[in-house]
Amino acid sequence: MKITLGLLAIVVTALLTVAMIFTAGWTRPPVHSTQTGFRGLGLEQISNPRRDAQLKLANALPEPIYNASPDGQKATEVYKNVKVLNDLSADQFNRLMLAITEWVSPQQGCAYCHNVENLADDAPYTKVVARRMLQMTRHLNQDWKPHVAATGVTCYTCHRGNPVPANIWYTHPGRELTGGFAPTNHGMGHPNAINGSTDLSVDPYTPLLDGKVGSMAIRVISKQALPTGFGASIQTTEQTYSLMMAMSNALGVNCLFCHNSRAFSNWPQSAPQRVIAWHGIQLVRELNEAYLDPLQATLPPNRLGPLGDSPKVNCATCHQGASKPLLGVSMAKDYPELGGSPAP
Amino acid sequence: MTYYQNIFTQVQVRVAPPDMGVEVPGLERTKEVAFVHWLGRIGNAQVGPIYLGTLGVLSLVSGLIAFEIIGLNMLASVNWSPIQFVRQLPWLALEPPSPQYGIQVLPPLAEGGWWLLAGFFMTTSVLLWLARMYRRARALGMGTHVAWAFGSAIWLMLVLGFIRPLLMGHWSEAVPFGIFPHLDWTAAFSIRYGNLFYNPFHMLSIAFLYGSTLLFAMHGATILAVSRFGGERELEQIVDRGTAAERAALFWRWTMGFNATMESIHRWAWWFAVLCPLSGGIGILLTGTVVDNWYLWAVQHGVAPSYPQAFPPVVDPAASLPGAGQ
Repeated sequence: MKITLGLLAIVVTALLTVAMIFTAGWTRPPVHSTQTGFRGLGLEQISNPRRDAQLKLANALPEPIYNASPDGQKATEVYKNVKVLNDLSADQFNRLMLAITEWVSPQQGCAYCHNVENLADDAPYTKVVARRMLQMTRHLNQDWKPHVAATGVTCYTCHRGNPVPANIWYTHPGRELTGGFAPTNHGMGHPNAINGSTDLSVDPYTPLLDGKVGSMAIRVISKQALPTGFGASIQTTEQTYSLMMAMSNALGVNCLFCHNSRAFSNWPQSAPQRVIAWHGIQLVRELNEAYLDPLQATLPPNRLGPLGDSPKVNCATCHQGASKPLLGVSMAKDYPELGGSPAP
Repeated sequence: MTYYQNIFTQVQVRVAPPDMGVEVPGLERTKEVAFVHWLGRIGNAQVGPIYLGTLGVLSLVSGLIAFEIIGLNMLASVNWSPIQFVRQLPWLALEPPSPQYGIQVLPPLAEGGWWLLAGFFMTTSVLLWLARMYRRARALGMGTHVAWAFGSAIWLMLVLGFIRPLLMGHWSEAVPFGIFPHLDWTAAFSIRYGNLFYNPFHMLSIAFLYGSTLLFAMHGATILAVSRFGGERELEQIVDRGTAAERAALFWRWTMGFNATMESIHRWAWWFAVLCPLSGGIGILLTGTVVDNWYLWAVQHGVAPSYPQAFPPVVDPAASLPGAGQ
């Protein structure tokens, strides 16, 4: 009896240990930490050479395409129905079309967006979307310098060879509720990839990043020492917290990349990246409201979310696990075609 | 002669007839007594006699109701799927009402009503258990120290789940039920109120918490170390100091110049344990009601030091926007 129980205890302990090691998402050594603040404050970023190598592989750049001259015949003189890229030369226009095919639909080719019988035909919805996305890209490179700086973006930043970028989001339909008296729990209590496997809100994007539906306050911490009334609720706080988990995952960094954790809300003690991230949040909200939400009418049902909303962007759409998309390499500088003034 | 010479229990006492305790007339309790070897490994091998009584029964019933409400709500939150219930159990929650319900007595059950009911029955359960502890101690002619210590824990629980939400005017401020949910709540609560580590009562509470473990380690180690001299007979050693007490006392005077006595060490331990939730509860009670951002409070009162900045000055980009931005 004693021996049996003892053996049983050993077996159970061994099984639990194995389960813990293989399910908890640990990272095995080596783990490097880099100090980012004043000494002794624990302000540091964690990195792992294996993850860094993976990230480098995942962010390999596509083959560059020959440079095109902005001079010569205009694209509008050669092609019909050119509405956005009308400032380009035909040469530049062709080059960009080649690049887009390689970046967005390498398998499907030109026919993914074009009616090959009549390239000017606006019937394929993909062409209408692509035109809007070109406007969006130019808008980003032109007007969002506080976030994209001189690095800029291209189609490849998000698409990476996929017709639909890998990291998009739809409004979470909520769990299938049991109904009746069963608790709703305000959408909390279930782990997912967005909230970083915590119990926080399962969909922080809809209330906080969808510029049209919701641009609820992200800031929840009091600005003064003493209370002046009922401020942000704990549940609102857990929404912001969930968004921060998602951002942290999207950028492959921890809280201290932007914040000083002794006072999360305090700007003077924050890292300069926080300002860039702040502009990023404004950018995402604007893109969702002005570019992505309106595509709902254009997109076919199979491209819409479970609640019929259009696919939207968040930090991960461009960043894809890197604090600087494509590890900070500027592709946009090789594609002046995407930096032109946004068409009206 | 058997000695306690090891950190593991070496001695199992089995007496026949079993020890039924002192005679207390007119009190119902079980007559059967069992001996369990594995319990003897960690404590007394004898189980029973047990006194349940009215308070005990009511407390267990209330506790069971609370447990059932919480468990069934969690099961309902995964659509009655037993597999998902097991998989997600650590994450499953029973959340308090949202802020719109204020301190409404009973919001809709699905919107936090169940949370209030579970909280009510859990509170009833622990209060009845407290009363039961008090009365059992009195019935045995003991002091009521255990009941008061338990009361200190109940104080913290009630501050978190009842008193502070009442003062804030919102049940939504209270702690959810659930394993990770209550931990995530703790993190969110600290962040929302500007870092609880700058709350002096939180500091005190931590000092008493860690102090308790330190004292317990020192005391347990000391008594085990002198048990070969009869040191585990602490009460005798209090009034009739033997070589065990003298060696233990001298050991501490040698090592740190001062020693607690055989009696006062228990007072130390009791106060440290009781003050941990007591001061913690005060800290929670002040959060949001009296202080809204502990970091800013600590800066104002010279508690939080400032450190050299590693970066050029960072300015809130929303500061110049109307409405101070989001």
